[in-house]
Amino acid sequence: MADDRFQAPDYYNLDELLTEEHKLIRDTVRAWIKKDVSPIIEEYAQKAEFPKQIIPGLAEVGGFGPYIPEEYGGPGLDQIAYGLIMQELERCDSGVRSTSSVQSSLVMYPIWKYGNEEQKMRFLPKLATGEFMGCFGLTEPDHGSNPGGMVTNFKDMGDHYLLNGAKMWITNAPIADVAVVWAKSEEGRIHGLLVERGMEGFTTPETHDKWSLRASITGELVFDNVKVPKENLLPNKSGLGAPLGCLDSARYGIAWGAIGAAMDCYDSALRYSKEREQFGVPIASFQLTQKKLAEMLTEITKAQLLTWRLGVLRNEGKATSAQISMAKRNNVDMALKIAREARQIHGAMGITSEYSIMRHMANLESVITYEGTHDIHLLITGMDITGISAFKNDGTQFS
Amino acid sequence: MKIIVCISKAPDTTSKIAFTDGNSKFDENGVQFIVNPYDEWYALVRALELKEANGGSVTVLNVGDASNDAIIRKALAIGADDAVRIDAPTQDALFVAKQIANYVKENNPDMVLLGKETIDYNGSQVGGMVAAILDMPYVSLASKLDMNGTTATIEREIEGGVEVIETSTPFVLSAAKGMAEARIPNMRGIMAARTKPLNVVAAIAADNATEIKSFSLPPAKTGCKYVDADNVEQLIDLLHNEAKAI
Repeated sequence: MADDRFQAPDYYNLDELLTEEHKLIRDTVRAWIKKDVSPIIEEYAQKAEFPKQIIPGLAEVGGFGPYIPEEYGGPGLDQIAYGLIMQELERCDSGVRSTSSVQSSLVMYPIWKYGNEEQKMRFLPKLATGEFMGCFGLTEPDHGSNPGGMVTNFKDMGDHYLLNGAKMWITNAPIADVAVVWAKSEEGRIHGLLVERGMEGFTTPETHDKWSLRASITGELVFDNVKVPKENLLPNKSGLGAPLGCLDSARYGIAWGAIGAAMDCYDSALRYSKEREQFGVPIASFQLTQKKLAEMLTEITKAQLLTWRLGVLRNEGKATSAQISMAKRNNVDMALKIAREARQIHGAMGITSEYSIMRHMANLESVITYEGTHDIHLLITGMDITGISAFKNDGTQFS
Repeated sequence: MKIIVCISKAPDTTSKIAFTDGNSKFDENGVQFIVNPYDEWYALVRALELKEANGGSVTVLNVGDASNDAIIRKALAIGADDAVRIDAPTQDALFVAKQIANYVKENNPDMVLLGKETIDYNGSQVGGMVAAILDMPYVSLASKLDMNGTTATIEREIEGGVEVIETSTPFVLSAAKGMAEARIPNMRGIMAARTKPLNVVAAIAADNATEIKSFSLPPAKTGCKYVDADNVEQLIDLLHNEAKAI
C-alpha cells in the first residue's frame, strides 16, 4: 500500500465536542496505526493472515477493553473514547477493529458485567494486555439472526457441566485462549460459559477462503462432550438478554468503526481526485466527482453527529438497544456506499492494493451482516416504533 | 540528572493557514495544535532516554496561556515527570527566552533541551537567547547527545560532515533530526498524565522586543506550462516576461 496520508474530515468542527483526552487517545491510536499497521495491513489481507505481532501494540493503545475499570487492568475510559479507538482501528481495517471489538465488547464486557470477582481477576487483566485472546460464541450454523433457537447445550453433571454443540463465524476463535460461549441449560435457559483452550473435546477449526476480513482470523468452536468446571459459568446474568447486552456494546463500537472506514475512503478519493487528471484537468473539477465527494462528506458528518450523541447517551446509561441498532445500520450502510463510490473515483486503481478502498468495501460486506444484519436492525427499529415484531414468525401461515 | 525540556505549541502541519486583523495575526479558527515536533520527537524523547539510563527527572516547560495545557498533557503522556506553564500570551522570542531563563535560573537543571525551531514562525531564537541570558554554553542543531557524568558529547551535522563538540553541564541544546526516535504515548502514559503535576506560574515582567506587522501568503500555485524542447526562445521569453525569473 502507498504511504498512509490519511487526514480526518471534520466538517462541523466536531472535535470541539471532544475532551482534550479524547483527542489525545484518538491521535495516539491514529499515530500507532500509521506507524505499525498501515505499512503491513495490505500484505496480511492479501495473504489472508492475522498480523499477530500487532497484539501488544493494540493493547498498549487501549484496544482491549478501554472502558474496563483500572482495578481489572483496563484504563477505565468512557464510551466516546471507546468509540474513537474503534473509529481509528477501522479507519485502517475492519478486521483489526473486529479483533479489538470482540476482545473488548464480547469477551471482557460479559466477564466484567456478568462474571464474579474471581473470574474478573483471573481473566480481565490478561485480556487487557493481550496475553490472553478471547472470542465469543453465539452464532450457530442454523441460528444466526435467531440466536434464541441455539442448540448448543450443557448438562449439570454434579461436579462439572458437560457442553455439546458448535458455533460458527467466530472472530479470533483459532487464536483464543478463552471463549465466552452461550449455551442452553437443561431448563432451556441461556447461560454464558468460559471455555478455555486445552479443555478436552474443545476445538477451533479455522474458516478459510474468505473474501472479506482477510486480515482477521475467523473459525468455528466445536464442543464434543467438553467438561467445563462449574466455576466457569458466568453467574450474574442469564437469558438471551445477556449476550444481547454484549452485542449492544459491540454494535456501538461498530457504529464508530464504520465512520473510520468511510473517512478513509473519502479522504483517499478526495486526494486522488485532485491529483488525477483527465482531459487536462483534475477529475475533482468535474461535477459528477464533486457530487460523489460532497455526498460522502455529508453522510460522514451526519453519522459523526449521530454517533457522538449515541456516545453521550451511552455514557449516561440511557442509550437503548434500538438506538444502537439504528446507528450500526445507518453507519455501516453509509460506509459501504461510500466505499463503492470512492472505488469509482479511483477508477481502475481502486481495485488494486495501492489503495485501501476495495479492502474496505469487501470488509464492510461482513460488517453489514455480522452483529445483526442490515435487515434485522431495520426490523428492530420497526418494532421499536410500532410495538409490533415483524421478524418473529412461527411459520403457521406457511403450513 | 535534572532536565528541562522547553516545548511550544504549533499548528498541525496539515492546517490551512489564514490570517486575521489586517494580516497581522494567525487565524486559529479550526486549527489543530500539536507539540512542536522538534521539541517532542527529539528534545523530549532524548531527555527521557537520558533519564531512563541515568535516573533523574524531566520537566517540560511551556510559556503560554491555558489553551496550551492539551499539548502539555501529551508531553506528560509521553513520559515527562511534571510540567510547568508560565502563564503569558507569547509572540516575541526575547520575551519567551526571559521567562524560560528566569525559571531555569531558579531551578538549576543540568541541561535545557528544546527543538531546533518551532514550525510556526521558525525563528530558532529562543535557545540561543536563554543560553546568553544565563551565560551558559549553547549548542544548536544537535543530532546526537551523550552524557558521561557532567560531560556532554554532542554531534552536529554540518555541511558535508559531522562536528563533534564537548561541553559540560549546565548547557542549552537545540535538537534536530537524528537525536531520537519519536515515541507514541501509550494508554498507561495517558492515564498517568491525568495526575502528573502541571504547575502554572506567573510570568515575570518583560517587554516584547519585536512586533509582527503583517503576514502574507506565497502566491497561489499556477499550472505548469509546457514548452517544446526545441523552442528555447519561447522558454526564455516566458521566463523573462511572464515569470520575471531572468
